[in-house]
Amino acid sequence: MAKTLITLSGIEKSFDGVKVLSDFNLSIDENEFITLLGPSGCGKTTCLRIIGGFETPDAGTVAIDGRIVNDLEPNQRQINTCFQRYALFPHLDVFENVAFGLRIRKVEKAEIVRRVEETLRLVKLEGYGPRAVSTLSGGQQQRVAIARAIVNRPKVLLLDEPLGALDLKLRQEMQYELKEMQRTLGITFVYVTHDQEEALTMSDKIVVMNQGRILQVGTPEDVYNEPKNRFVANFIGESNIFEGVMREDYLVSFCGREFKCVDRGFAADEPVDVVIRPEDFDFVPPSKAKIVGVVDSLVFRGVHYEINVIVEGREYTIHTTKTRSIGDRVGLAVDPSLIHVMKRDVHA
Amino acid sequence: MTARTRKRLYQTVGACFTAAAFLSVYTPIAVILALSVNDSLKAYAWEGFTLRWYADLFATDVMHDPIMNTLLVAILATLIATVLGTFFAIGIHALDKTRRTRMMVLNNVPVVNPEIVTGISLLIVFSLLGFTLGFHTVLIAHVFFGVPYVVLSVMPRLKKLDPNLYEAALDLGCTRFSAVLRAIVPNVATGILAGALMAFTMSIDDFVITYFTSGSEYMNVSTWLYAAIGRSRSFTPAAYAYNAIIFLFTIAAIIFINSRKEKKEREVRR
Ligand SMILES: Nc1ncnc2c1ncn2[C@@H]1O[C@H](COP(=O)(O)OP(=O)(O)OP(=O)(O)O)[C@@H](O)[C@H]1O
Ligand SMILES: [Mg+2]
Repeated sequence: MAKTLITLSGIEKSFDGVKVLSDFNLSIDENEFITLLGPSGCGKTTCLRIIGGFETPDAGTVAIDGRIVNDLEPNQRQINTCFQRYALFPHLDVFENVAFGLRIRKVEKAEIVRRVEETLRLVKLEGYGPRAVSTLSGGQQQRVAIARAIVNRPKVLLLDEPLGALDLKLRQEMQYELKEMQRTLGITFVYVTHDQEEALTMSDKIVVMNQGRILQVGTPEDVYNEPKNRFVANFIGESNIFEGVMREDYLVSFCGREFKCVDRGFAADEPVDVVIRPEDFDFVPPSKAKIVGVVDSLVFRGVHYEINVIVEGREYTIHTTKTRSIGDRVGLAVDPSLIHVMKRDVHA
Repeated sequence: MTARTRKRLYQTVGACFTAAAFLSVYTPIAVILALSVNDSLKAYAWEGFTLRWYADLFATDVMHDPIMNTLLVAILATLIATVLGTFFAIGIHALDKTRRTRMMVLNNVPVVNPEIVTGISLLIVFSLLGFTLGFHTVLIAHVFFGVPYVVLSVMPRLKKLDPNLYEAALDLGCTRFSAVLRAIVPNVATGILAGALMAFTMSIDDFVITYFTSGSEYMNVSTWLYAAIGRSRSFTPAAYAYNAIIFLFTIAAIIFINSRKEKKEREVRR
C-alpha cells in the first residue's frame, strides 16, 4: 500500500462569492502521477494553487506528509510548480532561469552548473543556456518552465497544463519524457489537463472534476470503463448514453428493449443512465439483432471508421474497422459485459 | 474653395502653429544658451564668445552653495522617492482592482495639485510639527512630490508583467521580500529609471515648493535666483551657464531614454 503524501480534506474556496471548489476531498500517494481533468473553469488551477500555497482555502485542510500546511508559505513547502503561462523570468537567460531555485538554496556553483545542464538535456534544450527566454518558441519556454521546476528535485511537482502549447508530436514525446522523469526521479506529479487522452495515457490516477466538485477518482481504466455518471462518460472518450431503467439485477431496459448486463445493486425499476462506448457495438445481420437501424454517415478516422446509425430517430455512434455504406440497414449487438449502467446523477 | 486649396490652407496653418509652438518653447532656451557664452554682464549686448561663466560656476562662491544644495537635495530625494515609489507601485499593483484604482487616485492628487497649494500645506504641516525649515524640510518635500511620479512610471511596467512571476519566485524558495527584489524589480527597471529621472528633474526644476519649505537661510538655485532678482542685484551670468548645463543634461537624458526604448522595441520586433 502506497504512502499518502498529500491530503486535501473538506476544501472550500470562493472568489467574490462564487464557489470555485466545494467539499473537495482528495488524497495523493507518494510517487503517484495524478491528473486533475475537467473542463475549463472547473477549478483545476485553483486546486493546484491551494496545494502550492498560493491560495488559502476558505475551509478545510491541506496536509503534506501528515502535517497540516495551511499556514506555510509556498517557499516552505517542498513543492515546485510549472505555471500555466510559464512565468519565466524575462530578465534572466535560460540557464539562470533554471538555476534560480538552486541559487536561492545556495547550492554550490559547480553543482548548479552540473544539475542545470543535466536538466536542460532532460528537456532537450541542451545548448540553450545562454539564450534569452523571449527568443524561445512557446514549446521551448514550456520546457524551460518544466526544467526550472524539476531541477530542484521537489517531493511534489505541480504541473498546470504543461504541454498545452506543444504540437502533437512534441507533446507526445514530452508526455513520454515527463512520465519517464516521474518514474526515475521518484517525484509525485499533480498534473492538470483538459485533454482526456493525455490524462488516460499518463496518469496512475485521474480525478475528474466539474464545477468545483470531484465526480470520480480512479485509474484510467476505471474512469474509462466504469464512469460513475453521464458527465464522466461524456468527458472521457466518446459515449452513447441512454436513459434507462434497471429492471432487476443483471437486467436493464433502455430504448424500449431489455438487455442483459453485468451490473447489480440498484433498486428495482430505478432510473439509470446506460453507457455504451462506440467501439463496443458490433454489426450483426438485422434479422438476428435487437437494434436495427440505417447507416446515416460514415467518416474515416485513420484506425477506424466512425459510423452514425439512426435507430428509431436516435443517433448511435459506432467505431469499427468494418465498413458499411450510407443507407445500409444494419443490426447492432453489444456484449452484456460492455453495457455499463450508472446511477442517474444529480450534478452533471 | 477647392478641396485642394483648402487642404493647402490647413497644412499652412498647421505648419505655422507648429513653428509658433516650437519657437515659443525654444526661443528662451536659445537665448539662455547664447547668454551663457556671452562675454558680457549685460543681457542685451553680445560682446564675444566666452566659457568663463562655466568656469565661474565652479570656481567662485557666488553660486556654489545653491548649486550644491540643489544637487544634494535632488540626488537624495530621487534615491528615496525611487525606492519608496517602486515599493508603493508594487504594493498598489498587488491590490484588487477597485482598491488599486482608489490608491491610484490618491497617488495622482499631488501630481495635479497646484504646487502652491502643496507648498503651503507642507509649510503648515512642518510648522505644526515644529520642524525648523531648511535642508531637511526641503528634502522631505521633494521626496513627497517625487514619489507619485515614480509610482506612475513603474505601474504600466508592472501591468505588462506575467502575473505569476512573483509566485514563481516564491515557489522556487524566495521569501516574499526577496521574490519582489529578484523577480519583479529587475523586470520593471526601465520604469524605475524613468521614474527616477522624472523625480530628479522635478526636484532640480522646483521653485514653488522649495520656496515655501526652505525658510530664510537655506537656498537652492531657483530660490537664490529669485532672491537675487528680487533684490535687483544684477546676477552673474553664471546662472545662464547653470541653466544651459541643466538643459543639456535634460536633452541628453531624453535622448538616452528614447534610444533605449527604440532598441527595446527593435528587439521585441525581431
Ligand atoms: N483570483 C481569482 N479571482 C476571481 N475569480 C477567480 C480567480 N481565480 C480563479 N477564478 C475563477 O475560478 C474559476 C476556476 O478557475 P480555475 O483557474 O481554477 O479554472 P481551471 O479549471 O484551471 O480552468 P482552465 O482549464 O481554463 O485553466 C473560474 O471561474 C475563474 O474565473
Ligand atoms: Mg487553469
